Order: sequence, then structure tokens, then C-alpha cells
Amino acid sequence: MYEGVVQDLIDELGRLPGVGPKSAQRIAFHLLQADRADVQRLSEVLAVVKDKVRFCDLCFNVSEDTLCRICGDSRRSVSLICVVEEPKDIMAMERTREFRGRYHVLGGAISPIDGIGPDDLRITELMRRLGAEPIEEVIIATNPNLNGEATATYLSRLLSPLGMPVSRLASGLPVGGDLEYADEVTLGRAFEGRRLIGG
Amino acid sequence: MYLRRLTLTGFRSYEQLELDFEPGVTTLVGRNGQGKTNLVEAVGYLATLGSHRVATDHPLIRAGDEQAVVRAVVVRDGRDQSIEIEINPGRANRARLGRGAAVRPRDILGSLRTVLFAPEDLALVKGDPAGRRRFLDDLLVARQPRWAAARSDYDKILKQRNALLKNARTSRNDAALADSLPVWDTHLAATGANLTYARLRLLRDLAPYVGQAYDQVSDSVSGARIDYQTSLPGLAPVPSGDGAVPTVEEITAAMHAGFAEQRSREVERGITLVGPHRDDLELTLGELPAKGYASHGESWSFALALRLAGYQLLRADVATDPVLVLDDVFAELDVGRRTRLAALISDCEQVLITAAVRDDVPPDLAGRLYDVRRGAVTVPPPDPSASAATAPTTDEVESDPSDATPTRAIS
Ligand SMILES: Nc1ncnc2c1ncn2[C@@H]1O[C@H](COP(=O)(O)OP(=O)(O)OP(=O)(O)O)[C@@H](O)[C@H]1O
Ligand SMILES: [Mg+2]
Ligand SMILES: [Zn+2]
Repeated sequence: MYEGVVQDLIDELGRLPGVGPKSAQRIAFHLLQADRADVQRLSEVLAVVKDKVRFCDLCFNVSEDTLCRICGDSRRSVSLICVVEEPKDIMAMERTREFRGRYHVLGGAISPIDGIGPDDLRITELMRRLGAEPIEEVIIATNPNLNGEATATYLSRLLSPLGMPVSRLASGLPVGGDLEYADEVTLGRAFEGRRLIGG
Repeated sequence: MYLRRLTLTGFRSYEQLELDFEPGVTTLVGRNGQGKTNLVEAVGYLATLGSHRVATDHPLIRAGDEQAVVRAVVVRDGRDQSIEIEINPGRANRARLGRGAAVRPRDILGSLRTVLFAPEDLALVKGDPAGRRRFLDDLLVARQPRWAAARSDYDKILKQRNALLKNARTSRNDAALADSLPVWDTHLAATGANLTYARLRLLRDLAPYVGQAYDQVSDSVSGARIDYQTSLPGLAPVPSGDGAVPTVEEITAAMHAGFAEQRSREVERGITLVGPHRDDLELTLGELPAKGYASHGESWSFALALRLAGYQLLRADVATDPVLVLDDVFAELDVGRRTRLAALISDCEQVLITAAVRDDVPPDLAGRLYDVRRGAVTVPPPDPSASAATAPTTDEVESDPSDATPTRAIS
């Protein structure tokens, strides 16, 4: 145990995802030795980010406005919607430059073990958008792992009876992985080769 | 294939061990508790990513150490391949093939194939269905390593479906269950049907070898049979040895029929009652089930026949002999069975045998001898009665010569 505020810092850092006790200690001592200006900048960003950043009213991407940059871009197609688990998956899809439509962020994937059912995802919001926007195809880009696949199955069972064309990214993505880790070429190809699974 | 070198670091009782092997028979002799099984357990771990004795990795780590490393050089078709696994309990294991970058542990499956027979295998005959399912699935993976992923996918989907059933039972939310359950039914039926289909085909191929091996070991015409007992409605028990295996589509349909049939009981109990995780391998000797009827010696012969059959199957379809490991087996067999087993395995590419008492192993089988004593492995001094006992070792030689000649152990 370190004294007072140093230990507080280590404890706080240790609560971040992917940061174990050892890393927390390393980051803490790095900060203690860093330039005052660098640390100042970090602390300002941390203070501002919670106030300034919110979720897009339409797609639930992170945004600084009511609408995110993608939903607010009039050049993007309103007839295609790509459903992803998390905002970071939007970043992965955008890197491929294949997709020119808009997104919808579910906020996770179905996982009964973690107590996450369809009601805990933004599926009602998706259905509302399908009624309100001139959408012609739903592309499901949940992660290529078991929970992502289950979520895709759930959505296709939900959307197919509405006559809505539903497609899924082609296989070829590393199975069991995250979209985030797929390289652009592979992800781009999976997008090009998407197959219709309902509608 | 054969194991040319084994290196252990922090595995069980071994702080550090490097040992060379040759093709043919090697017998490890040592009193109880000296580390014989520990050594062959490491070989089995490298081949299956699991221990034949314990379900978790913790006991494999030497007391006081944080991780264990098992390394081997395996020779197949004249080419060396090095395999390494770092066992980190509570964290991901790390694996390496050759000198290359790290690979997923799963990717080393198939590089070393073993068939390991140990006293614990008596449970194949006398114990729970889980052990027999594991026997089948391990053999599937040894034949085609991709089944390891299929098996683990099935288990994960099963856990999710069970969690859903349990949640529904506690929350009494039938609408939510009806909404989500079809999704998990679909995925479980798809993976479960593939697994069941693979097991049925395995059984069809394996069954003839089982009857044969039992008769050879016991010198009788016993009518030892294995049959697959399924939890799926409408799938007739598949007679062993007969070619008709239902299609994946038929099995998928049977799984869905099973879900429909068991729905209310599943919700009541909060677990999945249909699928390959509920199936069993039925062992029959003559007209009677082996479990509950076979004598102690017959049960041993049956367990041995299952392992030997697995060996014959792998030998036939992988086109290279697996490494045969016989842990403490000879002590359990009568003289006739010992001699017949020795004859059966004499043409195997490599056999590793452990014994507490050297005389339990038929003398013309014993091959190269190693003494195992307090976690050190040495070559015993030449014994005038045994001619083939020479092998180089890289391990330090025990200094106390009076103990180097194996003596009868007190068991
Ligand atoms: N994780 C561990 N750390 C240290 N020692 C261990 C560990 N696991 C097992 N051992 C020791 O290893 C010994 C058992 O070794 P092993 O099972 O290989 O014996 P064996 O030579 O096969 O004996 P037997 O003839 O009775 O079968 C025990 O004395 C046990 O205390
Ligand atoms: Mg032993
Ligand atoms: Zn948006």
C-alpha cells in the first residue's frame, strides 16, 4: 500500500477495463514523473469528456451533438442501415470505406449468462427507425462470435416477417473474434460478400 | 510419430527435467509417488490440452511456482517439430509451434497424438457417462483437431441456453423466454447435430476394433460391443459397426423435436435435457451391460480394449502411429493378459510404460529403462538379466548407487 493519494490513483486506474494492479501501478508512477502540462491536459480532457460527449439521438454512436457526424452527413444513404454492437465497431466499419449508409448501435449482444436479453439492447429503437426512415436493407454486423451470431439470429427472426431484407457479413472474418480486430481488407471483403439471411 | 525429447519446467513434482526418448518401448520404473505418472501426464497434456487425472490446471503447477512449461520435440516422417505449452492457471495458456510466433493453444492439437491408458480409465466402464463422452470427444479431436472448437462452441451455447432457462424460472417471465429461446434452440441444434453426427461416425469406425481388442487381450470370444445411446427422440440407437448413420439434417430435426417434447421439464429444472451432453456410450459384454455386471478383471479388459481400439483407429486413419502411454497398467493384469498385451503393442512406433515394480512388465517388452526417483530420472546400472537397458540421459545421475537399482515397491 502506498500513501493516501498515490494509492487512490492506483485504485482508480485499476478499475479501468484491461488494467490490472501491476499496470495501474506503472501508469500511476508514469504520471507522477510526467510533465505537469501533460498531466494537466489529460485531466482537462477527462473533465470535459463526461459533459460534452453524449450519444447520437438516432444511432447511439458517441457524439458531441444531438446527431453524430455520420447521421448528420447528408451525403450518406438513408436506405441502408448497419447494425453493430458498440460504437467502436463503427470505427472498424468506417476504416473499410465500403459502407455509405448509416448505423445503429445495439449497445451489446444477447448473453443470458450476463443477464443481457433482447430488452437490454436498443432493439425497440431500431424497430422505430425502420418504421420512420426509408430503410431498404438491414446489414447485421454483430461480432463473429457466439453471442454476436445469436443476436443476428434474433434480429433476422424479428425482421424477416416484416419483409425487410436482412443481410449478414460474409464469413471469412476470424471466428470467435471481434470486428474491431479484423483488418480493413478482410472486413471490407466480408461486407462486399454479405449474404441475405431474411426478408 | 515419436517423442524425441521432453522438457518440463515447474510441472507437478518437476522443477526442471530434460529427457530424451527413442522409438520403441521405454519403461519408467520407480516406487510410488516418485513422479512417473507426472511425467506421462505432461506428455498427455501436450497432446490433449488436458490432464487425464484432474479437471483443472492448478494441481499441474509445481507447488510454489506460478506457471508450468511443457516442451517436446516430436518426430514425424523423419522431421522434427517442437511444441511448447505454457500453463498459466487463471490466465490464458500460451503455445508455440517450432520457432515461430505464439499460436492459440488449440492450434498445437494434432502435432502430438497420444493414446494414454491409466488406472483412472476403469471409470470408463464403472463411472459416469461424462467420462465416456470425454473418451469419444478426445478421440474425435485426435482424429480431426477442428472438433476441439466445435466442442467448446457447443458447451458455450449450452451454458447460455441453460442460463436463459434458469433466468426464466426465477423471473417467471414466459414471454421473454418464448422470445429468446428459439435463437438458442437454433444454435444449439446446429452445433449439437454436427457433434452427434461426428460421434456416430466415430462409433461406427471404432466399434469393430473394440470387440477385436477385447478378445485379443482376454483371449476369449466375448462379444464386447459399444453402442451410442442418444437423448434425442426418434433417433434409433445406432447399432455399432453397421454403416447407417443418420444425416445432420435428421439429427437437427430430432434435436428440435426433443426441445419441443421436453420444454416444460426444461423450464421446471432450468437445464437443457436434450443433446450430445446427455448422451452415453453403452458398453455390453455378451448379453449384459458391462456397468454393474462385469467383473473387476473384465472391466479392466474393457477399458483397455477401448483405448487400444482408439489406438488402432488413429493408426489407420492418421497414417502415423500415436504415442502409446501405459501408466501403471501391467500391475493390474494377470500373467496371461500381460503377455498378450505385450505381444499386441510390440509393433507400435513408441510406447511409454510406467511401473512401480520392474518385474510386472514382461522382460522382453521392457525396452529401455529409466529410474524415476524423487523427480529425477536416471539410467539404472546395467542389470545382467536384462540386455536392452542402455539409453543416454541428459539428466544428472543420482549419487546414491544403492538406490539406483529398483526394488519392489510397497504399495
Ligand atoms: N503440483 C505439485 N507440486 C509438487 N509436487 C507434486 C505436485 N503434484 C504432485 N506432486 C507430487 O508428485 C508425487 C506423485 O507423483 P506421481 O503421481 O507421478 O507418482 P508415481 O510415480 O506415478 O507413483 P505411483 O506408483 O504411486 O503411481 C506426489 O508425491 C505428489 O506430492
Ligand atoms: Mg502413477
Ligand atoms: Zn448517429
